[in-house]
Amino acid sequence: MTMRLPPFDLVTPTTLQEAAGLISDPTASIVGGGTDLFPKMKRRQTTPVTLVSLAEIDALKGIRIDDEGRCVIGAGVTLAELADSPLVPAVVASAADAIASPQIRNTATVGGNLCLDTRCNYIDMPELWREASGHCLKDGGDTCWVAPRSDHCWAISSTDLAPVAIALGGSLRLVAADGERIIDVDDFFQNDGIDYHTKSPGEIVVELLLPAFTGRATYLKHRRRGSIDFPLLGVAAAATFDDAARCTGIRLVVGAVASAPLRAIAAEEFLIGREFTDDVIEEATRLASNPVRPQDNTDTGSRYRKWMTPVFITRALQEIASDDTTNQEEEP
Amino acid sequence: MNRTHVNCTVNGDDVDFLAADGISLLDALRDELGLTGSKEGCGTGDCGACSILIDGKLNCSCLVLAPEAEGAEIVTVEGIADGDHLHPLQQTFLEGAALQCGICTPGFLVAAKALLDTNPDPTETEIRYALAGNLCRCTGYDKIIRSVQEAAVQLREVAK
Repeated sequence: MTMRLPPFDLVTPTTLQEAAGLISDPTASIVGGGTDLFPKMKRRQTTPVTLVSLAEIDALKGIRIDDEGRCVIGAGVTLAELADSPLVPAVVASAADAIASPQIRNTATVGGNLCLDTRCNYIDMPELWREASGHCLKDGGDTCWVAPRSDHCWAISSTDLAPVAIALGGSLRLVAADGERIIDVDDFFQNDGIDYHTKSPGEIVVELLLPAFTGRATYLKHRRRGSIDFPLLGVAAAATFDDAARCTGIRLVVGAVASAPLRAIAAEEFLIGREFTDDVIEEATRLASNPVRPQDNTDTGSRYRKWMTPVFITRALQEIASDDTTNQEEEP
Repeated sequence: MNRTHVNCTVNGDDVDFLAADGISLLDALRDELGLTGSKEGCGTGDCGACSILIDGKLNCSCLVLAPEAEGAEIVTVEGIADGDHLHPLQQTFLEGAALQCGICTPGFLVAAKALLDTNPDPTETEIRYALAGNLCRCTGYDKIIRSVQEAAVQLREVAK
Protein backbone atom coordinates (compact mmCIF):
# COMPACT_ATOMS: atom_id res chain seq x y z
CA MET A 1 0.00 0.00 0.00
CA THR A 2 1.50 3.21 -1.02
CA MET A 3 0.69 6.10 1.23
CA ARG A 4 0.03 9.67 0.15
CA LEU A 5 -0.05 12.78 2.29
CA PRO A 6 -3.55 13.95 3.24
CA PRO A 7 -4.51 17.32 1.74
CA PHE A 8 -3.29 20.44 3.56
CA ASP A 9 -2.28 24.04 2.87
CA LEU A 10 1.42 24.83 3.16
CA VAL A 11 2.45 28.26 4.40
CA THR A 12 6.10 29.29 4.55
CA PRO A 13 6.59 32.38 6.72
CA THR A 14 9.96 34.12 6.71
CA THR A 15 9.86 35.62 10.21
CA LEU A 16 9.31 34.12 13.66
CA GLN A 17 6.54 36.59 14.48
CA GLU A 18 4.65 35.67 11.33
CA ALA A 19 5.08 31.96 12.10
CA ALA A 20 3.96 32.41 15.72
CA GLY A 21 0.83 34.19 14.51
CA LEU A 22 0.05 31.41 12.03
CA ILE A 23 0.38 28.54 14.50
CA SER A 24 -1.95 30.14 17.02
CA ASP A 25 -4.62 28.58 14.74
CA PRO A 26 -5.40 25.22 16.45
CA THR A 27 -5.81 23.39 13.12
CA ALA A 28 -2.27 24.35 12.07
CA SER A 29 0.84 22.34 12.76
CA ILE A 30 4.53 23.23 12.65
CA VAL A 31 6.80 21.36 10.27
CA GLY A 32 10.58 21.52 10.49
CA GLY A 33 12.31 18.92 8.33
CA GLY A 34 9.18 16.79 8.16
CA THR A 35 11.02 13.48 8.40
CA ASP A 36 8.91 12.41 11.40
CA LEU A 37 5.73 14.36 10.67
CA PHE A 38 5.23 13.33 7.03
CA PRO A 39 5.30 9.56 7.73
CA LYS A 40 2.78 10.16 10.56
CA MET A 41 0.57 12.17 8.20
CA LYS A 42 0.83 9.44 5.57
CA ARG A 43 -0.35 6.94 8.20
CA ARG A 44 -3.13 9.42 9.15
CA GLN A 45 -1.93 9.64 12.76
CA THR A 46 -2.36 13.36 12.34
CA THR A 47 -4.09 15.40 9.61
CA PRO A 48 -3.35 19.11 10.07
CA VAL A 49 -5.38 21.51 7.91
CA THR A 50 -2.45 23.91 7.59
CA LEU A 51 1.27 23.19 7.79
CA VAL A 52 3.47 26.09 8.86
CA SER A 53 6.95 25.40 7.50
CA LEU A 54 9.85 26.82 9.46
CA ALA A 55 12.28 26.21 6.60
CA GLU A 56 12.61 29.83 5.45
CA ILE A 57 13.08 31.51 8.84
CA ASP A 58 16.65 32.80 9.15
CA ALA A 59 16.33 33.27 12.94
CA LEU A 60 16.23 29.45 13.31
CA LYS A 61 19.46 28.85 11.38
CA GLY A 62 23.05 28.69 12.46
CA ILE A 63 25.21 27.73 15.43
CA ARG A 64 27.16 30.33 17.42
CA ILE A 65 28.91 30.93 20.73
CA ASP A 66 27.31 33.86 22.56
CA ASP A 67 28.87 36.47 24.89
CA GLU A 68 28.35 34.21 27.92
CA GLY A 69 30.23 31.36 26.22
CA ARG A 70 27.04 29.40 25.63
CA CYS A 71 26.67 27.34 22.48
CA VAL A 72 23.49 28.54 20.78
CA ILE A 73 22.04 26.07 18.28
CA GLY A 74 19.19 27.21 16.03
CA ALA A 75 16.19 24.86 16.01
CA GLY A 76 16.29 24.79 12.21
CA VAL A 77 19.87 23.49 12.08
CA THR A 78 19.90 20.07 10.42
CA LEU A 79 21.25 17.04 12.25
CA ALA A 80 23.96 16.75 9.58
CA GLU A 81 25.05 20.35 10.24
CA LEU A 82 25.06 19.65 13.98
CA ALA A 83 27.12 16.47 13.53
CA ASP A 84 29.70 18.38 11.47
CA SER A 85 29.89 21.52 13.61
CA PRO A 86 33.21 22.32 15.33
CA LEU A 87 31.36 24.73 17.66
CA VAL A 88 29.22 22.21 19.53
CA PRO A 89 30.44 19.88 22.31
CA ALA A 90 31.75 16.61 20.84
CA VAL A 91 29.08 14.60 22.67
CA VAL A 92 26.35 16.60 20.92
CA ALA A 93 27.92 16.11 17.49
CA SER A 94 28.32 12.37 18.01
CA ALA A 95 24.73 12.03 19.32
CA ALA A 96 23.48 13.85 16.20
CA ASP A 97 25.59 11.60 13.98
CA ALA A 98 23.97 8.56 15.61
CA ILE A 99 20.44 9.59 14.58
CA ALA A 100 18.77 7.90 11.59
CA SER A 101 20.38 7.77 8.12
CA PRO A 102 22.43 10.26 6.06
CA GLN A 103 19.30 11.14 4.07
CA ILE A 104 17.29 11.91 7.20
CA ARG A 105 20.12 13.82 8.91
CA ASN A 106 20.33 16.15 5.89
CA THR A 107 16.67 17.11 6.40
CA ALA A 108 15.74 16.55 10.05
CA THR A 109 16.23 19.46 12.42
CA VAL A 110 17.40 20.01 15.99
CA GLY A 111 13.99 21.39 16.96
CA GLY A 112 12.28 18.41 15.38
CA ASN A 113 14.44 15.89 17.22
CA LEU A 114 13.91 17.66 20.56
CA CYS A 115 10.14 17.74 20.00
CA LEU A 116 10.08 14.28 18.40
CA ASP A 117 6.70 12.66 18.91
CA THR A 118 6.69 9.63 21.22
CA ARG A 119 6.69 6.27 19.45
CA CYS A 120 4.94 2.97 20.05
CA ASN A 121 4.26 -0.30 18.22
CA TYR A 122 0.52 0.41 18.43
CA ILE A 123 0.46 3.99 17.13
CA ASP A 124 3.11 3.97 14.39
CA MET A 125 1.02 1.76 12.16
CA PRO A 126 -1.06 2.32 9.03
CA GLU A 127 -4.59 3.57 9.50
CA LEU A 128 -6.29 0.27 8.59
CA TRP A 129 -4.17 -1.66 11.09
CA ARG A 130 -5.05 0.77 13.87
CA GLU A 131 -8.72 0.67 13.00
CA ALA A 132 -8.75 -3.13 12.90
CA SER A 133 -6.98 -3.51 16.25
CA GLY A 134 -8.94 -0.73 17.94
CA HIS A 135 -7.55 2.79 18.31
CA CYS A 136 -5.24 3.21 21.28
CA LEU A 137 -5.23 6.11 23.77
CA LYS A 138 -2.79 8.21 21.75
CA ASP A 139 -4.92 7.54 18.68
CA GLY A 140 -8.13 8.84 20.24
CA GLY A 141 -9.32 5.48 21.66
CA ASP A 142 -9.88 4.60 25.31
CA THR A 143 -7.32 1.83 25.88
CA CYS A 144 -3.54 1.81 26.02
CA TRP A 145 -2.71 -1.49 24.30
CA VAL A 146 0.71 -1.61 25.96
CA ALA A 147 -0.78 -1.35 29.46
CA PRO A 148 -4.56 -1.88 29.12
CA ARG A 149 -5.30 -0.99 32.75
CA SER A 150 -3.31 2.24 32.53
CA ASP A 151 -5.04 5.60 32.42
CA HIS A 152 -2.24 7.19 30.43
CA CYS A 153 -0.21 6.55 27.29
CA TRP A 154 3.18 4.81 27.52
CA ALA A 155 4.62 5.70 24.10
CA ILE A 156 8.40 6.16 24.21
CA SER A 157 10.48 9.29 24.04
CA SER A 158 12.96 8.57 21.25
CA THR A 159 14.92 11.79 20.97
CA ASP A 160 18.68 11.33 21.16
CA LEU A 161 19.46 15.03 21.56
CA ALA A 162 17.28 15.64 24.62
CA PRO A 163 19.13 13.29 27.03
CA VAL A 164 22.42 14.89 25.97
CA ALA A 165 21.01 18.41 26.26
CA ILE A 166 19.67 17.64 29.75
CA ALA A 167 23.00 16.12 30.82
CA LEU A 168 24.78 19.30 29.69
CA GLY A 169 22.30 21.54 31.54
CA GLY A 170 20.83 22.94 28.34
CA SER A 171 17.77 25.14 27.97
CA LEU A 172 15.35 26.05 25.19
CA ARG A 173 14.16 29.44 24.01
CA LEU A 174 10.49 29.30 23.02
CA VAL A 175 8.72 32.07 21.15
CA ALA A 176 4.95 32.61 20.92
CA ALA A 177 2.82 35.39 19.44
CA ASP A 178 2.57 37.06 22.87
CA GLY A 179 6.15 36.72 24.09
CA GLU A 180 8.95 34.32 24.77
CA ARG A 181 10.38 32.20 27.60
CA ILE A 182 13.43 30.12 28.37
CA ILE A 183 12.97 26.70 29.95
CA ASP A 184 15.45 24.03 31.10
CA VAL A 185 15.34 21.06 28.74
CA ASP A 186 14.93 18.96 31.91
CA ASP A 187 11.66 20.77 32.69
CA PHE A 188 10.47 20.74 29.08
CA PHE A 189 9.46 17.05 29.14
CA GLN A 190 6.91 15.11 31.18
CA ASN A 191 6.40 11.37 31.44
CA ASP A 192 3.14 11.02 29.49
CA GLY A 193 3.11 9.57 25.97
CA ILE A 194 0.48 12.03 24.76
CA ASP A 195 1.45 15.24 26.58
CA TYR A 196 5.15 14.46 26.51
CA HIS A 197 6.32 18.05 26.58
CA THR A 198 5.12 21.30 28.10
CA LYS A 199 5.32 23.41 24.95
CA SER A 200 1.96 24.95 24.16
CA PRO A 201 0.78 24.50 20.55
CA GLY A 202 1.35 28.21 19.92
CA GLU A 203 5.01 28.11 20.90
CA ILE A 204 7.97 27.57 18.58
CA VAL A 205 11.28 26.15 19.78
CA VAL A 206 13.80 28.71 18.54
CA GLU A 207 17.14 27.77 20.08
CA LEU A 208 18.89 25.17 22.18
CA LEU A 209 21.29 26.88 24.59
CA LEU A 210 24.14 24.83 26.02
CA PRO A 211 26.24 26.36 28.82
CA ALA A 212 30.02 26.24 28.42
CA PHE A 213 31.09 22.79 29.66
CA THR A 214 34.62 21.65 30.43
CA GLY A 215 33.96 18.29 32.08
CA ARG A 216 33.63 14.86 30.57
CA ALA A 217 30.51 13.75 28.75
CA THR A 218 29.27 10.78 26.78
CA TYR A 219 26.15 9.45 25.11
CA LEU A 220 25.77 5.74 24.56
CA LYS A 221 22.99 4.65 22.25
CA HIS A 222 21.73 1.09 22.04
CA ARG A 223 19.83 0.14 18.91
CA ARG A 224 19.21 -2.81 16.68
CA ARG A 225 21.41 -1.63 13.78
CA GLY A 226 24.38 0.56 14.68
CA SER A 227 23.97 2.89 11.72
CA ILE A 228 20.32 3.87 11.54
CA ASP A 229 17.73 2.96 14.19
CA PHE A 230 15.84 4.82 16.89
CA PRO A 231 17.28 4.21 20.36
CA LEU A 232 16.19 1.15 22.35
CA LEU A 233 18.04 2.83 25.18
CA GLY A 234 20.22 5.91 25.44
CA VAL A 235 22.44 6.92 28.35
CA ALA A 236 23.83 10.45 28.58
CA ALA A 237 26.26 11.45 31.32
CA ALA A 238 28.18 14.66 31.90
CA ALA A 239 30.40 15.20 34.94
CA THR A 240 33.11 17.40 36.36
CA PHE A 241 35.88 16.21 38.70
CA ASP A 242 38.29 17.85 41.14
CA ASP A 243 42.06 17.26 41.21
CA ALA A 244 41.58 14.21 43.42
CA ALA A 245 39.26 12.64 40.79
CA ARG A 246 36.22 13.18 43.01
CA CYS A 247 33.02 14.07 41.19
CA THR A 248 32.03 17.71 41.70
CA GLY A 249 28.91 17.65 39.55
CA ILE A 250 27.07 15.13 37.40
CA ARG A 251 23.95 14.68 35.37
CA LEU A 252 22.94 11.17 34.34
CA VAL A 253 20.00 10.75 31.97
CA VAL A 254 18.38 7.59 30.60
CA GLY A 255 16.52 7.99 27.32
CA ALA A 256 14.06 5.83 25.37
CA VAL A 257 12.78 3.88 28.39
CA ALA A 258 9.80 6.12 29.25
CA SER A 259 7.73 8.89 27.67
CA ALA A 260 10.37 11.43 28.71
CA PRO A 261 14.13 11.28 29.28
CA LEU A 262 14.64 10.19 32.92
CA ARG A 263 17.11 11.98 35.19
CA ALA A 264 18.77 9.51 37.58
CA ILE A 265 18.67 11.93 40.51
CA ALA A 266 19.40 9.35 43.24
CA ALA A 267 22.48 8.13 41.40
CA GLU A 268 23.63 11.72 40.73
CA GLU A 269 23.36 12.59 44.45
CA PHE A 270 25.23 9.42 45.40
CA LEU A 271 28.08 10.15 42.97
CA ILE A 272 28.76 13.73 44.10
CA GLY A 273 31.99 13.89 46.11
CA ARG A 274 32.95 10.33 45.23
CA GLU A 275 35.68 8.89 43.07
CA PHE A 276 34.32 6.59 40.34
CA THR A 277 35.70 3.30 41.65
CA ASP A 278 34.19 0.01 40.52
CA ASP A 279 32.12 -0.22 43.73
CA VAL A 280 30.82 3.32 43.37
CA ILE A 281 29.88 2.77 39.73
CA GLU A 282 28.11 -0.46 40.69
CA GLU A 283 26.00 1.26 43.34
CA ALA A 284 25.25 4.26 41.10
CA THR A 285 24.20 1.87 38.32
CA ARG A 286 21.83 0.10 40.73
CA LEU A 287 20.30 3.42 41.84
CA ALA A 288 19.94 4.66 38.25
CA SER A 289 18.55 1.51 36.67
CA ASN A 290 16.16 0.32 39.41
CA PRO A 291 13.39 2.83 38.60
CA VAL A 292 13.59 2.14 34.85
CA ARG A 293 10.54 0.23 33.61
CA PRO A 294 10.72 -0.21 29.83
CA GLN A 295 7.41 -1.28 28.28
CA ASP A 296 6.86 -3.79 25.51
CA ASN A 297 6.30 -1.14 22.86
CA THR A 298 9.27 -0.98 20.54
CA ASP A 299 11.47 -3.56 18.87
CA THR A 300 13.14 -6.08 21.20
CA GLY A 301 11.30 -7.05 24.38
CA SER A 302 10.96 -4.91 27.47
CA ARG A 303 12.87 -7.46 29.60
CA TYR A 304 15.88 -7.23 27.28
CA ARG A 305 15.87 -3.43 27.48
CA LYS A 306 15.61 -3.64 31.28
CA TRP A 307 18.64 -5.98 31.31
CA MET A 308 20.65 -3.69 29.07
CA THR A 309 19.90 -0.55 31.10
CA PRO A 310 22.49 -1.22 33.86
CA VAL A 311 24.99 -2.45 31.28
CA PHE A 312 24.88 0.85 29.41
CA ILE A 313 24.78 2.99 32.56
CA THR A 314 27.91 1.23 33.84
CA ARG A 315 29.67 1.68 30.50
CA ALA A 316 28.79 5.38 30.42
CA LEU A 317 30.08 5.96 33.97
CA GLN A 318 33.26 3.99 33.23
CA GLU A 319 33.84 6.12 30.14
CA ILE A 320 33.60 9.44 31.92
CA ALA A 321 35.67 8.05 34.81
CA SER A 322 38.48 7.07 32.45
CA ASP A 323 38.11 10.11 30.21
CA ASP A 324 37.78 7.71 27.29
CA THR A 325 34.69 9.30 25.81
CA THR A 326 34.97 7.84 22.37
CA ASN A 327 31.61 6.59 21.28
CA GLN A 328 31.43 2.84 21.89
CA GLU A 329 30.13 2.29 18.37
CA GLU A 330 32.76 2.33 15.68
CA GLU A 331 31.59 5.27 13.65
CA PRO A 332 33.79 6.72 10.96
CA MET B 1 -5.28 22.80 -1.41
CA ASN B 2 -2.97 25.41 -2.97
CA ARG B 3 -1.07 24.75 -6.17
CA THR B 4 2.37 26.29 -6.50
CA HIS B 5 4.34 27.03 -9.64
CA VAL B 6 7.78 25.55 -8.95
CA ASN B 7 10.96 26.47 -10.84
CA CYS B 8 14.08 24.41 -10.27
CA THR B 9 16.98 22.69 -12.00
CA VAL B 10 16.84 18.94 -12.51
CA ASN B 11 19.95 17.22 -13.85
CA GLY B 12 21.16 20.55 -15.24
CA ASP B 13 17.92 21.44 -17.04
CA ASP B 14 15.67 24.30 -15.97
CA VAL B 15 12.24 22.86 -15.36
CA ASP B 16 8.95 24.12 -14.00
CA PHE B 17 5.80 22.37 -12.88
CA LEU B 18 2.61 22.93 -10.92
CA ALA B 19 2.56 21.20 -7.56
CA ALA B 20 -0.21 20.83 -5.03
CA ASP B 21 0.94 21.43 -1.44
CA GLY B 22 0.65 17.79 -0.41
CA ILE B 23 2.59 16.34 -3.36
CA SER B 24 6.02 14.93 -2.60
CA LEU B 25 9.00 15.87 -4.71
CA LEU B 26 9.26 12.19 -5.63
CA ASP B 27 5.75 12.21 -7.12
CA ALA B 28 6.46 15.47 -8.96
CA LEU B 29 9.67 14.04 -10.45
CA ARG B 30 7.96 10.83 -11.51
CA ASP B 31 4.51 12.05 -12.56
CA GLU B 32 5.07 15.65 -13.69
CA LEU B 33 8.58 15.37 -15.14
CA GLY B 34 8.54 11.71 -16.22
CA LEU B 35 11.75 10.90 -14.32
CA THR B 36 10.81 7.46 -13.04
CA GLY B 37 14.31 6.40 -12.00
CA SER B 38 13.70 7.38 -8.38
CA LYS B 39 11.47 4.74 -6.79
CA GLU B 40 8.99 4.76 -3.94
CA GLY B 41 9.74 1.93 -1.57
CA CYS B 42 8.34 2.76 1.85
CA GLY B 43 7.28 6.39 1.54
CA THR B 44 8.48 6.99 5.10
CA GLY B 45 12.23 7.60 4.78
CA ASP B 46 13.34 4.12 5.81
CA CYS B 47 14.42 2.53 2.51
CA GLY B 48 16.21 5.21 0.47
CA ALA B 49 14.88 4.04 -2.94
CA CYS B 50 13.81 7.64 -3.63
CA SER B 51 17.23 9.15 -2.83
CA ILE B 52 18.13 12.28 -4.80
CA LEU B 53 20.58 15.14 -4.36
CA ILE B 54 19.12 18.52 -3.47
CA ASP B 55 21.76 21.26 -3.69
CA GLY B 56 24.37 18.52 -3.40
CA LYS B 57 22.84 16.94 -0.29
CA LEU B 58 21.38 13.43 -0.19
CA ASN B 59 17.66 13.42 0.59
CA CYS B 60 14.66 11.10 0.56
CA SER B 61 12.48 12.75 -2.08
CA CYS B 62 9.38 11.04 -0.65
CA LEU B 63 9.76 13.24 2.46
CA VAL B 64 10.31 16.52 0.62
CA LEU B 65 7.30 18.58 -0.46
CA ALA B 66 7.40 19.49 -4.15
CA PRO B 67 6.86 23.24 -3.48
CA GLU B 68 10.01 23.16 -1.31
CA ALA B 69 12.08 22.44 -4.43
CA GLU B 70 11.69 26.05 -5.61
CA GLY B 71 15.10 27.30 -6.73
CA ALA B 72 16.86 24.05 -5.87
CA GLU B 73 19.43 22.17 -7.90
CA ILE B 74 18.32 18.56 -8.09
CA VAL B 75 20.21 15.51 -9.32
CA THR B 76 18.40 12.21 -9.85
CA VAL B 77 19.78 8.87 -11.03
CA GLU B 78 18.96 9.96 -14.59
CA GLY B 79 21.52 12.75 -14.26
CA ILE B 80 24.61 10.91 -13.08
CA ALA B 81 25.75 9.44 -16.42
CA ASP B 82 27.69 11.61 -18.88
CA GLY B 83 25.54 11.28 -21.99
CA ASP B 84 26.01 7.71 -23.24
CA HIS B 85 28.91 7.15 -20.85
CA LEU B 86 27.77 5.50 -17.68
CA HIS B 87 29.07 6.93 -14.40
CA PRO B 88 31.83 4.68 -12.98
CA LEU B 89 29.39 3.69 -10.21
CA GLN B 90 26.83 2.53 -12.76
CA GLN B 91 29.51 0.61 -14.67
CA THR B 92 30.92 -1.10 -11.58
CA PHE B 93 27.42 -1.95 -10.33
CA LEU B 94 26.78 -3.67 -13.70
CA GLU B 95 30.11 -5.47 -13.78
CA GLY B 96 29.99 -6.42 -10.11
CA ALA B 97 26.36 -7.64 -10.33
CA ALA B 98 25.54 -5.30 -7.46
CA LEU B 99 21.82 -5.68 -8.01
CA GLN B 100 19.21 -8.37 -8.28
CA CYS B 101 15.69 -6.96 -8.67
CA GLY B 102 17.11 -3.45 -9.08
CA ILE B 103 14.46 -1.34 -7.35
CA CYS B 104 16.90 -0.11 -4.72
CA THR B 105 19.67 0.53 -7.26
CA PRO B 106 18.88 4.15 -8.25
CA GLY B 107 18.89 5.14 -4.57
CA PHE B 108 22.14 3.29 -3.90
CA LEU B 109 23.79 4.93 -6.94
CA VAL B 110 22.78 8.42 -5.86
CA ALA B 111 23.77 7.79 -2.21
CA ALA B 112 27.13 6.36 -3.32
CA LYS B 113 27.69 9.36 -5.58
CA ALA B 114 26.93 11.69 -2.66
CA LEU B 115 29.61 9.88 -0.67
CA LEU B 116 32.28 9.84 -3.39
CA ASP B 117 31.66 13.50 -4.25
CA THR B 118 32.79 14.47 -0.74
CA ASN B 119 35.04 11.54 0.19
CA PRO B 120 36.95 10.09 -2.79
CA ASP B 121 38.75 7.46 -0.71
CA PRO B 122 36.27 6.06 1.81
CA THR B 123 36.95 3.08 4.05
CA GLU B 124 34.58 0.12 3.92
CA THR B 125 33.06 1.27 7.23
CA GLU B 126 32.51 4.76 5.84
CA ILE B 127 30.81 3.30 2.77
CA ARG B 128 28.54 1.15 4.95
CA TYR B 129 27.56 4.14 7.09
CA ALA B 130 27.00 6.34 4.04
CA LEU B 131 24.70 3.71 2.56
CA ALA B 132 22.90 2.96 5.84
CA GLY B 133 19.78 4.75 4.64
CA ASN B 134 19.41 2.49 1.63
CA LEU B 135 17.84 -0.94 1.98
CA CYS B 136 18.26 -3.87 -0.43
CA ARG B 137 15.80 -6.72 0.06
CA CYS B 138 17.76 -9.03 -2.25
CA THR B 139 20.66 -8.72 0.23
CA GLY B 140 23.27 -7.62 -2.24
CA TYR B 141 25.13 -5.40 0.20
CA ASP B 142 28.59 -6.95 -0.17
CA LYS B 143 28.56 -6.65 -3.96
CA ILE B 144 27.28 -3.08 -3.62
CA ILE B 145 30.10 -2.16 -1.23
CA ARG B 146 32.72 -3.77 -3.49
CA SER B 147 31.32 -1.95 -6.53
CA VAL B 148 31.48 1.39 -4.71
CA GLN B 149 35.09 0.65 -3.69
CA GLU B 150 35.98 -0.18 -7.30
CA ALA B 151 34.28 2.97 -8.62
CA ALA B 152 36.18 5.03 -6.04
CA VAL B 153 39.47 3.59 -7.35
CA GLN B 154 38.50 4.40 -10.95
CA LEU B 155 37.38 7.93 -10.09
CA ARG B 156 40.62 8.60 -8.23
CA GLU B 157 42.61 7.44 -11.26
CA VAL B 158 40.62 9.74 -13.54
CA ALA B 159 41.21 12.63 -11.14
CA LYS B 160 45.00 12.14 -11.23
